[in-house]
This record gives sequence, C-alpha cells and structure tokens, in this order.
Amino acid sequence: MATSSAGVAPAPTPDRLRRIPLTQRMLAKPAAGALVIVVFVWVVFAILSTARGNTAFLSITGTLGYLDVAAQVGIIGTAVALLMIAGEFDLSVGSMVGFAGIVIGICATIWGLPIWLSIVVSMILTTGLGVINGIIVVRTGLPSFIVTLATLFIIAGLSSVLTSIVTNITYIPIAPDRIAADPLAGLFNWKFSFLIGTQTTDFQASIVWWIVIAIVGAYVLGRRKFGNWIAGVGGSPNAARNLGVPVARVKIALFATTAFSASILAAIQSTRFSSADILRGTGMELTAITTAVIGGCLLTGGYGSVAGTALGALTLGMAQIGIVYASINADWNKIATGALLLTAVVLNNWIRRRFAGLR
Amino acid sequence: MTISPAASTGPAPANAAERAARKPLLEARNISKYFGAVVALEGVSLTVRAGEINCLLGDNGAGKSTLIKTLSGVHPPDDGTLAVDGEPVRFTSPRDALDAGIATVYQDLSVMPLMSISRNFFLGNEPTVGFGPFRLFDSTKAARIAREEMHNIGIDVRDTDQLVGTLSGGERQTLAIARAEYFGARVLILDEPTSALGVKESAFVLRHAIAARNKGLGVIFITHNVQHALPIGDSFTILTRGRSGGTFKRGELQAEQLHALMGGGSELEELQADLKMLARREEAGEDVPTVPLGGDGDIAPMMGENRHF
Repeated sequence: MATSSAGVAPAPTPDRLRRIPLTQRMLAKPAAGALVIVVFVWVVFAILSTARGNTAFLSITGTLGYLDVAAQVGIIGTAVALLMIAGEFDLSVGSMVGFAGIVIGICATIWGLPIWLSIVVSMILTTGLGVINGIIVVRTGLPSFIVTLATLFIIAGLSSVLTSIVTNITYIPIAPDRIAADPLAGLFNWKFSFLIGTQTTDFQASIVWWIVIAIVGAYVLGRRKFGNWIAGVGGSPNAARNLGVPVARVKIALFATTAFSASILAAIQSTRFSSADILRGTGMELTAITTAVIGGCLLTGGYGSVAGTALGALTLGMAQIGIVYASINADWNKIATGALLLTAVVLNNWIRRRFAGLR
Repeated sequence: MTISPAASTGPAPANAAERAARKPLLEARNISKYFGAVVALEGVSLTVRAGEINCLLGDNGAGKSTLIKTLSGVHPPDDGTLAVDGEPVRFTSPRDALDAGIATVYQDLSVMPLMSISRNFFLGNEPTVGFGPFRLFDSTKAARIAREEMHNIGIDVRDTDQLVGTLSGGERQTLAIARAEYFGARVLILDEPTSALGVKESAFVLRHAIAARNKGLGVIFITHNVQHALPIGDSFTILTRGRSGGTFKRGELQAEQLHALMGGGSELEELQADLKMLARREEAGEDVPTVPLGGDGDIAPMMGENRHF
C-alpha cells in the first residue's frame, strides 16, 4: 500500500466529517448564548416599559443609563472572566473595590496626598493584594474559591479597621473641589452632559473605560500568545505545564489584573461620588461571576469569551434599569438576575452540545 | 516510498550490529526515586536508540509513571543519571526535557478538549507576527500548519477552529504525537496511549508509534498491555515493584513470559484456574452466579480485544 513516507495507513475519519454551515459555526462561539439573551432582555423590557406608557427605556437617556450600570459591572466582569477561563475564582474582588476606595480616601484626606497620587497608591496596593491572592493559590494548591473567600473577609475587615481608626463612620468624604482640580481624577469621573428636550443626559466616563477594557481583554484572549496560555491553563494546568506554559505566572498575573480592575472601578466611583465607602463593591464578586457565566464562561475553566461577558454585563444593566422603567418593584431585580443566569446557563450548555459538537 | 503493513510492524530497519554501535538517544542509568519511606524506583536503567521502540512494561504501581516523570523532567531522580546522546544531563522542568528533544504524551493530559485544534497544536509554542504590544498570535499560520500536520497523520480537518473535544480519543492521542514530532522531538515517551481506547482507536495510535520509529525517533512506549507491546516493540524493559525486571530483545520472550515477569503471571494463572473451575461447575449443573467463558476457558479472549495485532 502506498502511503506517505511515514508509512501511515489512511485514517478512517474523513467520511465522518460534515460540512458545517456558517450560522452553525457562529452558534458554536461561546458568546452565542449571551447574544440571544441580551436581545431577548432588550425586547422584553422595551415591550414592558412601553406597555406601561414609559418610552424612557428606548430613549438615549435610558440607554446611557443602563450602559453606565453595565459598565461598572463589566469593568470587573472582564477581568473575572479571564480569571475564570484560566480556571480560577476571585471572591475577594468586591471587597477590593471598597478597600481601594478607602485607600484613596485615607491618602487624600488624612495624609493630604494629591488625589492623583492617592489613586496611584490605591492601584498599587490593591493590585498587590491580587498578587498575594495569586501566590497563595499557586503555592498552596488550594481551590481559589476558598482562598479568596478568606481574603474577602480579611480585606473587608481591613477596610473597616482602617476606616474606624481615622473616622467614626463607614465612609470618607473627599472635597469635590479638590477632585475637580485634580489632573488625573477627571480621567475617571468626566461626563458628557447634554439636553434632550428638557432632560439632562449624561454620558459617563465609565462606559468608555468598560469598552476599552473589554477590547483589551478580548484582544489579549483572542490574539495574543498570553490568551492561548490563559485558555490552556484553565483547560488543564498539568498539560499546559508539560508543554512549557508558565502556569503559576499566568494565574498570578490574572489575579493581579482582577484586583487592578477593582481599583479602576473604585477610582471611578470615589471621584464621581466625592467619597469612599467601605460598602461599595459588596456583592460585586457574584455579579461579576454572573456576567461571565451568562457570557459563556465555564465554571470549570478552559472556555469562555470576553465579548460574551460584555454582553452578560449589558444584560444585567438592562434588567436592573429596565425594571425601574417598567414600573416594576425594584425588589424583582434579584429575581430577574437569578432567572437570567439560570436561563443563560441552560442555553449556553445546550448550544455548546448542539453546535460545538463536543463529545 | 511503499511500505506494506507487514513491513511496518517488523523490526526497525537496521541490523543488530549497526544498532548496537549507535549511541543511545536517551539513557537512564540506575535511577532511584523515593517519596518519603516509599521506594518508587530503585536502580532502574533504560535505554532508547534512534529508530527503536522500547516498551516499558509493568503492572499498576510498578513505578512506570514515576520513571516517565523522571525522564520528562517533572521530578529529578534522587540517585542515578540521565544521559542524552551519551552526555549526562539534569532536567529541572518539563521545559528542559522538551529543549533536549524529549517529548511526553500523557494518557489523558496532553490536549485541551475545549480549545481549537490549531490552538492546542501550538500551546506553549505559539507562532507570532508583529512586534511589541502588537505582537499577535499568528492564527493564520497556526491554522495552516495544524491542518497540514493533521493531514500527514491521516486526520483531515476542514476547520482547525474546531474544538479538540470533537475528535475521538485516538485522534487526540495522535494529535499530541504529531505535535511533539513537529516541535522537534527526538525521543517520544508515550504514557499508556492506548489504555482508554477501543480496538480501532488503539490500532490508529500504535500505527503512529511505528511511523515515528520509522522516521528515526526513539520511542518509549509505556503500557501494561502485552498484546499492544509485543508486535511493535524492538526491546522490552520490565518494571516490577520499582525495580528493573530486565531488558529483552524482540523475539526473546513470549507473551506468557512477559506476563510472568510483570508479576501478573501467577495472578493470571489463578484467574484462569478459577474460571475453569466455574465452567466445570456449570457443566455439572450447579448454579453458578457468573457467566463462564466458552470453550476451554482460555483467558486470551478476556485479555483484550487486541489479539489481531
């Protein structure tokens, strides 16, 4: 039998392959489910709010409103998604938002540092906490769920302790005129305000931050060597290590990135509200994981997408604001989030089995 | 080049004297490894030459995995030396072993089912284009090379973005083998590559082990399946309870002798005797709770679907 120089007989496989149409290939992408969900949620709230005689959901003001909510979740969600694709969790990221804000507050008011320097110090310290998270996870080999659950309490406690030493209340006000005069703060709290009819509409800086961060995240995951390592580390740390991927460094870098994203959100919030509050970011770890899961990331790692996560954040933002415009009691927000999460997971699973052809 | 299936399962294309004169690609001399009080390996030696398949045989717990991990740089030996091309080496990481041309394909740990074929192929060795912050993973090049290499091993993929999870077990193993060869492996360590596979899938993988040997690679084939080892091995190294049970050339031993050396021989005889007894009891009309084997109670049909190798 004549074969290639390898002497290998022809494989029995070619007749087992089907030609796959483009639509099906698109559906095989991790973000496909999130796209369906986001369109669904938009249609539902467009109908609900219009039926109640409120067209604000469809207006530019309403759209920029839910984009701002989505942005705040999405900034953290992007980093959390990358970490999840690498097979790890960070439950401490919410407490880091509070911590990073408190550091800005203390540096700026008690120590009298300029606002910009306070933001830089906060970013360095918070990212340092992320590195510590990563080192503990890598060195002990413990599940990051447990490690970051512990650091969630430690960091939240640290914020309380620090705040109660310097003030008696749980938040630190920062003088608005100092923020307005600061060269760096404007980068985080600028907004573009304009009138539509008689209504003032704000385009918040957070939206641009979110879009830039999501684009960078998608670029790193999809187009960079490091992105391939992220998916490999999440797929199988042992196999990745055997192929020469620096598994520990990848994980530590991603924990640091997640912490850094928390410090960006803290800078946005404390400059916008002219205060630091230890309670800011509470529960955000779970919202961020929710966006990533709606976006098609697997809890077990190795699979997911940044674009999907951005759509997941958009979904949560729409639901949160849409409920208000539809004149539904805001208490229903959590129920909607839970229902969306469950629907998205079931849909994502079905799509993955049906269209990605996994065995 | 035309190769008949019979020739491709024959011994390496070199005569014995020529082979003996060649320097071993990889040599382990008197390797010992201890985990606390446990003796994982003691005084084990193993040699593999270019164009040769050395089968490492041993029962579960014989120390096969520990020996592979030592050879592939996962953990250094406590005693003894490794030599590549006759020169002593010390591996501190899997990367060191890879750089020396020693690639290991693990049973189930070598590919990521949720990553695409081309991304799997280049994991850890990504081709890039551009510079600085714009240095991109060269997905076009990766897809082209992956498609070519997959075609060479007999798997035609239309879309290299297809997830590896859509491939069969044998295809995943051969992908890992092709990847190791593409990145310049001279010694291929195959860790139980057929243990989780069916008959056709096993044949597919075994054929690629032979193909690699014919290309001049040294292959270390780890298995506890004598039926898979006998037809393709040029030499056989036996491991029992962390110690070497000797190295034998092709043709020196029969399957039964190999089983006996692996330490499974007596157990197999016992099993065979038990089964014969059960068959007799059923013939005598007794109530036997197990399904007996037909015919003379030969153990071979149970031992594997793989007798046709």
